[in-house]
Amino acid sequence: MSVSTNLSYKKLEERSRIINLLLRWFLYFVLVLFAFYFIFPLYVMLVTSFKTMAEIRQGNLLTLPGQLNFESWKVAWGGRGYGAGDTYLRPYFWNSIKMVVPATVFSTFIGAMTGYVLTKWRFKGDSWIFLFLLFGCFIPYQAILLPMARTLGVLGISNSILGLVVVHSIYGIPFTTLFFRNYYVSIPNELIKAARIDGASFFKIFFIILIPISAPIIVVAVIWQFTQIWNDFLFGATFSFGTSAPIQVALNNMVLSSTSVKEYNVDMASAFVACLPTLIVYVLAGKYFIRGLTSGAVKG
Amino acid sequence: MFKWLEKNLPKIVLAPSVGLISWFVYGFILWTLYISFTKSKILPRYELWGVEQYIKLWHTHKWYIAIENLLIFTVLFLTICTIIGVLLAIFLDQKIRAEGFLRTIYLYPMALSFIVTGTAWKWILNPTLGIQKLFNDLGFENFTFDWLVNRDMAIYTIVIAGVWQSSGFVMALFLAGLRSIEDEIVKAAKIDGASLVVVYWKIIIPMMRPVFFTSFVILVHISIKSYDLIVALTQGGPGISTTFPSLFMTQTAFHKSQVGLSAASAMMMFMAVAAVIIPYLYSELRRENVR
Repeated sequence: MSVSTNLSYKKLEERSRIINLLLRWFLYFVLVLFAFYFIFPLYVMLVTSFKTMAEIRQGNLLTLPGQLNFESWKVAWGGRGYGAGDTYLRPYFWNSIKMVVPATVFSTFIGAMTGYVLTKWRFKGDSWIFLFLLFGCFIPYQAILLPMARTLGVLGISNSILGLVVVHSIYGIPFTTLFFRNYYVSIPNELIKAARIDGASFFKIFFIILIPISAPIIVVAVIWQFTQIWNDFLFGATFSFGTSAPIQVALNNMVLSSTSVKEYNVDMASAFVACLPTLIVYVLAGKYFIRGLTSGAVKG
Repeated sequence: MFKWLEKNLPKIVLAPSVGLISWFVYGFILWTLYISFTKSKILPRYELWGVEQYIKLWHTHKWYIAIENLLIFTVLFLTICTIIGVLLAIFLDQKIRAEGFLRTIYLYPMALSFIVTGTAWKWILNPTLGIQKLFNDLGFENFTFDWLVNRDMAIYTIVIAGVWQSSGFVMALFLAGLRSIEDEIVKAAKIDGASLVVVYWKIIIPMMRPVFFTSFVILVHISIKSYDLIVALTQGGPGISTTFPSLFMTQTAFHKSQVGLSAASAMMMFMAVAAVIIPYLYSELRRENVR
């Protein structure tokens, strides 16, 4: 009797071990399958950009190019050199850099100061002010597009990089405020109180005490703003055209411009150039990017 | 004077951001609202015209197509993103090897612009050389895939690209939520003899209600605002079959110069977003105060 129970226990144990193993395999199978699904477009972009048009017509999305052909990358970045109508990304890439850097710096700085006041110099109604600012994260920009276009015109900075810097700096404030406010809330107030008793001024506390311990959240805010502004299309397409356009607008124009033959390899190389900066930032500092995404659970 | 300055310094420092947001967010929304009640064409006119623009808007065939597309897109985008996101989060939470690597792959599309995503998927979904040719080469010779140029199906190509870009985001939200659950709860349930499926279905998923709520709000808000992806993928075509409220708004303002009508459509979008966001912000703030 007891022997047979022991045996069936062993059998049962063996069976559950096998089931567990199978489940485990299934788990990995699904996860890897999804990894392929997510990586697939990037793979297609990359291989297509290195193919010749003949190879594109002969093969399919997955086939590898016969050899690495950098011609499309050269055309995407520097054009063919025949003057008028020759659009390429280089000047627009620099436009985007000139737009992203100052706008990121301004909005991050203002957000840090605002977050500092809202958490360490609290006053009556400050949480309402925070809510008031926070709402700006969510508004559909269509609701401010028309007056903004007019305002930029009145200020004489429509269709200029300066105009885009102003627009992105302003509409970035709600996001950066959110990041810094949530970060400074978790920093003990005793630290600030002690400094105040010692006679440290408002700015001294901010620059000497808070800024040195804010490195992680500064990284989060900078990466967030950089990615958002680099990837923006709506403001770029509405407030600029011609030579002052940022890179996403230029990419879209290049892909849509219907010349005689569609060159998919050049399209893919261009798309890759346009996403390379944000992709590099993501690979190097993905942790901070994800923190920005989930900390406020806010996506613009 | 100096003392006053020192006492009010925090508020003075706060003033620029509050001032800028008051003017450029709230002031501009009010301006748009006002314009939507006027007869403005190419230039703004300030005599009030009542709700005529809204009546005109809701008598525009194209606006109905835009709303229909938005509804189809939102429902599918929300459902599929949530299913994929929750599934991946639960699977990744099983002490998986190379979890960090997989997570990085699932989430990288969020770092790309919608224009890049649209450009890539436009090529993949290319009716002759794209996915169709891939399947033909794999041996399915009669396989055709022309959704991108098919009036009835083009809207679903936008869903495909949108889901690809955003489901990793839902995964990240849920993974963060799962990680905040105490291990003890799961262990206790397992000791009581509950299987893993039951533990997730009966205990963990119900505990994730706030995360579901958050991701619902964010995804709906992304879909109402979606613009770039459609521009890059279909430009609202073929014909006007994939037009969206956002496209309607910009085209009416900048190509047709009907600023009043455009402002009315912008206000409709604003109200849709506000209807989702205001309850969300209110509940978030209350939760924080309770804490």
